[in-house]
Amino acid sequence: MDFTYDDEQVALRDAVRGLVRKAYGDFEERRRTTREDPGFSEKLWAQLAEMGLLGLPFSEDDGGVGAGPVEVGIVAHELGRVLAPEPYLASVVLAGGLVAATGTPEQRAELLGALSAGEVLLALAHQEPGSRWAPAASAVTAREEGGSWTLTGVKEPVAHGARADVLVVTAALPDGGTGAFVVAPDADGVTREGYPTYDGGRAARLSLSGTPATPLGEPGADVTDSIAAVLDTARVVAGHEALGAMEVALATTTEYLKNRKQFGVPLNTFQALNFRAADMYVSLELAQSVVHWATMVLATGDGDRSADAAARAGLQVSRAGRHIGQEAIQLHGGIAMTAEYSVGSYTAHLHVLEQLLGDGQHHLAALAGTVADHEVLDPLAAS
Amino acid sequence: MQLELSAEDQAFREEMRTFFTTQVPQSIRDTVANGRELTKEQFVENQRILNAAGLAVPHWPEEWGGRGWSDLRRHLWLEEMQRAYVPAPLAFNANMIGPVIAHFGTSSQKERFLPATANLDIWWSQGFSEPDAGSDLASLRTTAVRDGDHFVVNGQKTWTTLGQHGDWIFTLVRTDPDVKKQAGISMLLIDMTSPGLEVRPIELIDGSHEVNEVWFEDVRVPADLLVGELNGGWTIAKFLLGNERVGVAPVGAIKRALGRAKELAGPLLDDPLTRARVAGLENELLALELTALRVAAHSSEGAPHPASSVLKLKGTELQQAVSELVLDLAGPRALGAADATGSDLPEWARRSAPTYLNLRKASIYGGSNEIQRQIIARTILGL
Ligand SMILES: Cc1cc2nc3c(=O)[nH]c(=O)nc-3n(C[C@H](O)[C@H](O)[C@H](O)COP(=O)(O)OP(=O)(O)OC[C@H]3O[C@@H](n4cnc5c(N)ncnc54)[C@H](O)[C@@H]3O)c2cc1C
Repeated sequence: MDFTYDDEQVALRDAVRGLVRKAYGDFEERRRTTREDPGFSEKLWAQLAEMGLLGLPFSEDDGGVGAGPVEVGIVAHELGRVLAPEPYLASVVLAGGLVAATGTPEQRAELLGALSAGEVLLALAHQEPGSRWAPAASAVTAREEGGSWTLTGVKEPVAHGARADVLVVTAALPDGGTGAFVVAPDADGVTREGYPTYDGGRAARLSLSGTPATPLGEPGADVTDSIAAVLDTARVVAGHEALGAMEVALATTTEYLKNRKQFGVPLNTFQALNFRAADMYVSLELAQSVVHWATMVLATGDGDRSADAAARAGLQVSRAGRHIGQEAIQLHGGIAMTAEYSVGSYTAHLHVLEQLLGDGQHHLAALAGTVADHEVLDPLAAS
Repeated sequence: MQLELSAEDQAFREEMRTFFTTQVPQSIRDTVANGRELTKEQFVENQRILNAAGLAVPHWPEEWGGRGWSDLRRHLWLEEMQRAYVPAPLAFNANMIGPVIAHFGTSSQKERFLPATANLDIWWSQGFSEPDAGSDLASLRTTAVRDGDHFVVNGQKTWTTLGQHGDWIFTLVRTDPDVKKQAGISMLLIDMTSPGLEVRPIELIDGSHEVNEVWFEDVRVPADLLVGELNGGWTIAKFLLGNERVGVAPVGAIKRALGRAKELAGPLLDDPLTRARVAGLENELLALELTALRVAAHSSEGAPHPASSVLKLKGTELQQAVSELVLDLAGPRALGAADATGSDLPEWARRSAPTYLNLRKASIYGGSNEIQRQIIARTILGL
């Protein structure tokens, strides 16, 4: 086991850090960008494509770069540090991930090639108003007639659903199971209503009514397991994004404690506050260990182990994120309540990541169901 | 010791319940129930209804509208009000400046301000905090210099809650820069339409416009608007802040929010983790409510009961914990924008994140929770 990055990975991190710092190093720039649709910078998105980052997880045959979860995690971490609102998680990891897992070679080459090149923005429409991170779809249903498929129902919230050029939509199949489909946003029966999420991101309600759709992969095949696996991968990647956000929320807080004066002295004169910052650091370190471990488990390609590791990372990150997010605001005092100051947005985004992919209690419930299956946990064991 | 309410107190409780559920417009109560912002007109209408029935300022001296109730009746009054989703009388008027003027004011100040304050004919703002005087309030720098029969005020206040509605602002100003900082502070009442006074909005992390900066440039204030002694403002401030502390953690409202959370939970209430979390919160709230009943937590003779810090500290923590529960019940539905039109996600869920973020303020204002711990350590534990 080795938690360190190699030279190439360090170079990747530095390159991404340099790029996103230029875009959002000034928090005001992020505020400006998120205030107007599409809520992110098309220019930065194109730069990410140029650097090969949008194709990172996809095979070279599919037009990607063929890198692994470690590299994707590095990118997510850097995006998290500046709260970059670009749809990396939504478009590359979730939508692209499902196309990679279920598409035919032709579909993969077409969609992932265009996604990697920054030409087409994908969004995954999976979440339904009544569901909580279930891998199966139920509110949107698929019908087949003479080899043509149509979809009907509502998906919401769909991250970046209003801006997407191509929608990857999951739907309940006529004979049971969940299928994945490609839908053009201008197809019949599609209505999209986009809005900002409370962290400055974007989501949408997507309504489909007899909308023509192309099955991804073999028509009628149940892809529930693939959806579950993509969600697990996304949870770990989101963990990296959260680590980046928590790291900066903590650093911003410690800087503030050193500079803000009350009672004639800097706040870091008060041990009560320093100890709270120390506890935040402890939370961050523990979360980092689990997320990096889970990333290595993902890289083994073992689905069961990955699901377990993703839940453990999700739980640890949820607890750390809430702890650090809430304390970052508290230790600042009133200033952190303002939209102009960055820290509140970091706290908001940490919650949004949980709501997109599953919160701590969701993971805890899953893990609680497995405690009788093992005597002790051994992170090093191969299954 | 006695558990049951006496027959008279029971009848009192019924009377309150009937009044609040029948005399306050449903539209106002629905606004509170749904966590929407009340308009100024709704605040005013509500308070006038309460005041006409003698229910706006029952804790004031009887001469000025007080009712001479026992602590228990005051508790029942507030409890029933909050249970019915009736907004509490504006705290700046009813709990802050009203009792101050009644206690420290001249008879002409009382006559001029108290009836109008009880009836919300005057909307008061609280002008204490400054950018560099938060927890260390006594270091405030806004100055008032005597010029004939006026004071001339210069400086800046901040965090002024609902200052956009304010008619008058009660301020702490420095009237003697050459003495120990607490000894050079006075309280001045200032008409917010005075030339040289400017209110500037601050946007908060939930997107709301709830607080403001208030700037003073050579604002001339008639000298008879000084409250109490010249340079005696600190004593008055401590009296007022003690009352604020008590009012800031509304047990009844938190109970109400938790009860509503159970309704909103729907099938999630079958989840043992959710049930355990609700049960834990209910028990803590019970302990808080009983503590509020047990200790006479109200200011007596100008000195707040030190246990009021327990109520503020624990009350705000529970208020935040309940809002976090609601956010988690909303789950992915919290990603819908609060003001989204045509969303399939329920309004309460779309408001849950802004509410949660907004309530981070509760542990910061009214004397931050760190300052409350300090008060407990010093004045109760003698540390
Ligand atoms: C939404 C909102 C509404 C408000 N409304 C009003 C209003 O209407 N009128 C008004 O006058 N004010 C208002 N306030 C201001 C509020 O009272 C101050 O924010 C509060 O006093 C804290 O001051 P500060 O924000 O400057 O934080 P600071 O005092 O700078 O504190 C920063 C951090 O340090 C901690 N800290 C400070 N001193 C100590 C110490 N000695 N020991 C340990 N920890 C310490 C604090 O607890 C906090 O965690 C409002 C604030 C908010 C957020």
